[in-house]
This record gives sequence, structure tokens and C-alpha cells, in this order.
Amino acid sequence: MHQPVKFYQTGTFTVGNRLLAPEQRSVQASTERSNSLNSGHRACQGCGEALGARYAVDAAMRATGNQLIAANATGCLEVFSTPYPETSWQLPWIHSLFGNAAAVGTGIAAALKVKAIKAGAEHSPVRVIAQGGDGGTTDIGFGCLSGMFERNDDVLYLCYDNEAYMNTGVQRSSATPPAARTATTMAVGAHPGAEFGQGKNLPLIAMAHEIPYVATATVADLRDLEAKVEKAMSIHGARYLHILVPCPLGWGAASHDTIRLARLARETGIFPVFEAEHGEVTAVTKIRRHVPVEEYLRPQKRFAHLFSGNGHPETIARIQADADRNIRRFKLLDEAQQEA
Amino acid sequence: MLKQIEGSQAVAQTVALSRPEVICAYPISPQTHIVEGLGELVKSGALAPCEFINVESEFAAMSVAIGSSAAGARTYTATASQGLLFMAEAVYNASGLGLPIVMTVANRAIGAPINIWNDHSDSMSQRDCGWIQLFAAHNQEAADLHIQAFKLAEELSMPVMVCMDGFILTHAVERVDIPAQNEVDAFLPPYEPRQVLDVNEPVSIGAMVGPEAFMEVRYLAHAKQLMALDRIPQIAAEFAERFGRTTGGLVRGYRCQDADTIVVALGSVIGTLKDTVDELRGPADDGPRIGVLGIHSFRPFPLAAVRAALEQAKRVVVLEKSFSVGLGGVVSTDVRLALSGLGLQGYTVIAGLGGRAITKASLARMLREAVADRLPPLTFLDLDERIVKRQLEREAATRRSGPIAENLLRDLGTVASKVS
Ligand SMILES: Cc1ncc(C[n+]2csc(CCOP(=O)(O)OP(=O)(O)O)c2C)c(N)n1
Ligand code: SF4
Repeated sequence: MHQPVKFYQTGTFTVGNRLLAPEQRSVQASTERSNSLNSGHRACQGCGEALGARYAVDAAMRATGNQLIAANATGCLEVFSTPYPETSWQLPWIHSLFGNAAAVGTGIAAALKVKAIKAGAEHSPVRVIAQGGDGGTTDIGFGCLSGMFERNDDVLYLCYDNEAYMNTGVQRSSATPPAARTATTMAVGAHPGAEFGQGKNLPLIAMAHEIPYVATATVADLRDLEAKVEKAMSIHGARYLHILVPCPLGWGAASHDTIRLARLARETGIFPVFEAEHGEVTAVTKIRRHVPVEEYLRPQKRFAHLFSGNGHPETIARIQADADRNIRRFKLLDEAQQEA
Repeated sequence: MLKQIEGSQAVAQTVALSRPEVICAYPISPQTHIVEGLGELVKSGALAPCEFINVESEFAAMSVAIGSSAAGARTYTATASQGLLFMAEAVYNASGLGLPIVMTVANRAIGAPINIWNDHSDSMSQRDCGWIQLFAAHNQEAADLHIQAFKLAEELSMPVMVCMDGFILTHAVERVDIPAQNEVDAFLPPYEPRQVLDVNEPVSIGAMVGPEAFMEVRYLAHAKQLMALDRIPQIAAEFAERFGRTTGGLVRGYRCQDADTIVVALGSVIGTLKDTVDELRGPADDGPRIGVLGIHSFRPFPLAAVRAALEQAKRVVVLEKSFSVGLGGVVSTDVRLALSGLGLQGYTVIAGLGGRAITKASLARMLREAVADRLPPLTFLDLDERIVKRQLEREAATRRSGPIAENLLRDLGTVASKVS
């Protein structure tokens, strides 16, 4: 499904892309991109999820020669993209429920496999992605996702992590970071916001299933995101890509800060960007400019209580300690930087 | 071919003859033998190409079925009881999306207290989900209904549940005629999806629909059920013509022509009822004129056919293995709707819950009372009034009266179950 694309991007990055050899250009830099999630959908301005999904799906479309089917969980992405009778999806797409995108993906893959065998092929030329928010992935859909991993079904699962249930009005999910204020983790009490020591690290849990490919990415590095999707599509079996997608509405951030916040999440070490194969980390994106977590927390209203009144310096210190732990665990800093 | 075969295996074999392409199920008694049988057929290659997917829950089983059916594969699953309730959200979803999945429900009670034995509470709990629900009276019918179910589901693009009594049918070894593959192929054409996830013709399935069209979508689900009301008897007739057996259809009467009392029932109890009626009528047919009406299509509910079958009678007894707590019978409500304005005397008899045996003796006693118009409007067949009364007194006397089931077991003289 190819349609000519209008260019929205301007600036040096786009130009730079076009100066590259064609095979090195980003999917989005080409008018040949599938534009699978087309314009006119109803995401908020600056929505990281809309951006992440467009890049991820277009990259998957390119990697498969447009032979792609998508299953989608309930959540912002589904609601803003398919208000009946309109749809933004230019590929075969199905939404069933909040908690079953992975299993629906499994079913599609199984049907495709049978068709392929009937046609005398080993694999179907048509590939499957399943996608959902962090709530649909880490909480209600976790059982189906784990089942899909464990059976090594031929599905790429894309989690768009905006760190809360945004579609229902910003409630906590098990991917909500500690101290963050949501509608169900209010900024009140001695330890305002979400609890420390709770929540799930889905990329690590995915790795524990020893599936062929697990990676994390952010919307700050879109070329990296595309490359990871393309790599994932070159592999058969269960694959998981966890994409940090800031949500201006839920995070209480400016619409133009989506990319900056995603970058800060990576540069602080709060969100480690890495790849893993069969349970082993194989690559990490090093931090280029190491910044303290405060720089990431301050622009977000969900952390405003950490800076008002007398503030909560001990809470900020705990978040910093978590970031530092990520840096050690994933070796996010070069040795030279570490010494500096 | 005639075989002496377990009900579950008969179903597994006829499902296999229907050439499913994806089978996905999660084990639960008394459904297990069906999917075990199919699992073996798939693993051995006898069914190739067919994918058998072992999932982590019933919710996943129905979700996988949704994906595979939407991608154009003939899809089958089976469950019972807690499993059906665990998948309920996806059960509604499958019918809302118009996906022709076929599912066997090996009917079983719903806990608590946990109970693996047969009644109809599970499938009745999904009464309004939009699936067609067909009930089998015996194992030949259970087997045959699956072939008919695929045809019906795929023609109308809606899912079909084939309900068969757990253990009573699933685990009973009976003589069943298993058709030949070429006969089934001639009856059941390959699946041609109405809507399919196809890269050459992309569609969005399952969009968010607001108040402007949701009513219409739901109405159309109803309209399709009404179409099924025509197709179910037609398909049963086509089946009868080809295979020489009458199975399925909407309703089937037994000795109803001259009956002034008719017992309405679903499932395997129909057989027991027929025998009881024969005995009550006596060899000279000089006993009470009682007939039996078996409902084989519970959804769509055949209002007109039920009315036509019952309107000459004086009284109707609905004997059912399901129960709407706080009201009475589930099926009775529907039957009474079918009879509205006719002025028939109606009785509801709840029987066999949690596998309580429905004996001919109890049925005969109950029917004699009904014929004499002495039956209360709502009867719980063979309910032990003594232990119920004792528990009610216990609860009135002390707030911490303890767990009900264990108290009843103690009253009955059965040692209370203990976790060791
Ligand atoms: C079984 C069920 N429970 C609850 C909901 C309500 N619900 C819809 S979307 C959603 C939250 C979505 O959050 P997430 O998956 O993080 O996606 P986001 O909207 O943030 O992108 C909830 C709770 C539902 N649709 N189904
Ligand atoms: S609430 Fe957040 S995730 Fe949802 S559309 Fe708006 S910005 Fe995107």
C-alpha cells in the first residue's frame, strides 16, 4: 500500500538524510514510505505515541515490502486513529480488545502460516505486528504477551510506553515511574506520586523469555527506531520493541518538548536504550551528554511536586540512584565519561 | 462409518473432517478430551495443514481464534464453565466482529462452589453475546452439529457455539456414525471470509464506533440471528438429505400432537424425558397425554416454532439446567415470551444443577403433579429442603455461620473437605 507522501519535516536532519545514499536514507525521508498511519487522526499535538507508531509501522512496511498486518490493543493509538467511520490505517488492521493484541497477533500469524503451507512455502510473505500502550502491554495484556513470547510466535510486538493509561485519563500503569503523579497516584501524602519499588520492566521480562530479539528505543532517535524495526522484521519468531513515547497531556509537558524529553530520558540513564538477542544484551546506545535527572523531571508537571515548596530532594536522589544503576547495569557511559 | 466411540472423540473427529485450519484451546474438564483428540490429529499430521496452538488461558484462546478467523482461517476452539467465563470479553468481541468461529461448550456448572459436573449455567451466562447457540441431545447430534455449525457460521459470518452436556455426552461411549471426508467436503465448502485482513485490500476491523452507529451495528447482529432462524432448519434439512439423519434444526417434538402437557428441555435430558413420558403414557397409551419439546437452537430463540409446537397444549413445563438467581429459569422466560397471550399454564422446573442426577422417578413424580396442576410455578427438582432450612436457621442465629458448602456437607453426614 504505497501512496505519495507530503513532507512535513524540514531542517537539516531531513536534508541530511537526502544527502545519504538511497539505501541509507531513513524510511520517513523517502516519498516512497507507506504512510501507513496517515494524517487526520486525532492524537494530541506533540503525541509521542502517534509519532512512534508512524515511524515503527512505516519501517515495518518497508522491511516487508508492504506485506504487513497489524493487531492493535485498546488505548490512545486505537482510539485516535479509528473514529468510525474513519480510519488512519492504510494497512490491514484489527482492534479486538485491551488485553489481547499479542494473542490476536498470534492468531493472524497462525492463519498466515497455514496459508503459506498450502501455497507450498515455509514462511508466509505476510508478517504480523501487534501493538499497544504500556497499560495494554505490561498490565492487562501481559499474560497474552508472555504466552506469545513463550511459544515464540512470529509476531513483532510494539509497546508504545507513555508510562500511564492515557486513554482513560492518565492513571497509573505498572510502567509509571516512581514519584510520578497520575490520577491514581496523586501528589499528596508523605511520598507523593507513584510508589518506589513497584512496577515492571517489560524489556527485561521479555529478555527472560529468551526470545530472538528485544530492543528499546525512543522517539528522540527515530533513525535508530526504524533500524530496530527493520532488524526485528528480518528475524522470525517473537520479537519485542519497547518505545518510549512522551505524552504531552499525561506528562504535563509542552507539545514541542516531546523529542527533548525522550532524549533526556535516554541522556539521564532513566531510559536505557539497548538491544538484546536470546536474552543477552548485544548493543547499547551510549549516553552522549550525561545530564542529571532533574533536567528531565523539571519540565514535567507530573513531577512538579518534587520541586514545589521545600521540594523532595531525597526523592530526586532516589530517582538519580535508579538512573545511575541503569548506567552501571547497561554500561551506558564510556569509561572516559565515567571518569570525568 | 458406525463407531462405538466416546462423545468427545466423535466431536474431535467431525471437527477434523470439517478441515479447521487453526485450533486453539485451553484445557478444562469436561472439554479436555475433545482438544486432546484434535491435538493428536494435528501433531500426527493427519489434519495438515492445521495449526494447533497451546495457549496460556481461555481469554488467549478466544483471542487467537479472533486473529486467525479475521485473517481468513477456519477456526475452532472449545471450553466449558470457568473457561467460558474467563473468555467472556473475547466471546462478545468475536460476535461483534462477525467472525465465524465454531466453539464447543462442554456444558458444566460455574463455581463457587467449584463443581465440574454438568449443567447449563455456563453457556446460558453468554446468552446475549450474539453467538448462535445450538444444543445437542445426544452424541450423534453433537458430532453432526459441528459440521452444520461451520456451514452456518461461515454463511452468516457469525460465531456458533455447539453445546453438549459435559460428561453425560462428552464422556459417554455410544454408537456414532462418523461421515466420510468426501461427504463432509461436499456439504461444507472452504471458508470464504466476508472480511479479511488482506494486504492487497487493507481494511480496518474493530474501529471505535460511537452512538451514531452502534445501535445499528447491534441491530444488525439481531437481524443476522433472525436470518439464522431460517438457515438453521434449512441446513438441518440439507444435512438430513445428504447424511440420512435428522439432527439439529430449531425444535423437535416428541409425542406432542395429542399432548395437553408438554415438557420443554435442552440437551441430553431430552432422552430421559422421552423414556419417562413413554412410561407414563403406558403401553396402551392410556396415561396422561404428555409430550416433549426439545429446543435445539437456543440462540436464535425460535419463538414462532416454540409457540406453534405448544399452542395446542394446556400446560407447559420448562425443565432446565440453568437458573437466573433472583428470578427463576432462564429458558422459561424465553418460552413464556413465545407463549404470551395464549393463556397456557406454565411451570418452571430447575433440575440437575451441578450434575445432580435427573432420575426418571423424580421426573415422573414431578410430571404427575404438573398434570394435576399441583406443581408450584417454580420447582427445584429433588432439592433437599431439610439442609437448606438448617443452613438458613444457622445463618439467622449467628453471623459467622461458616462456609455454606461445608456446612451442608456436614449436615449431610459427609466429612467436610479439608486442605491438608
Ligand atoms: C477490560 C478493559 N478494562 C479497561 C478498559 C478501559 N481502558 C481502555 S484503554 C485503557 C488504558 C490504555 O492505556 P495504555 O495501554 O497505556 O495506552 P495509552 O492510552 O496510554 O496509549 C483502559 C484502562 C478496557 N477497554 N478494557
Ligand atoms: S493523551 Fe497522550 S498518548 Fe494519548 S493522544 Fe494525547 S498525547 Fe498521545
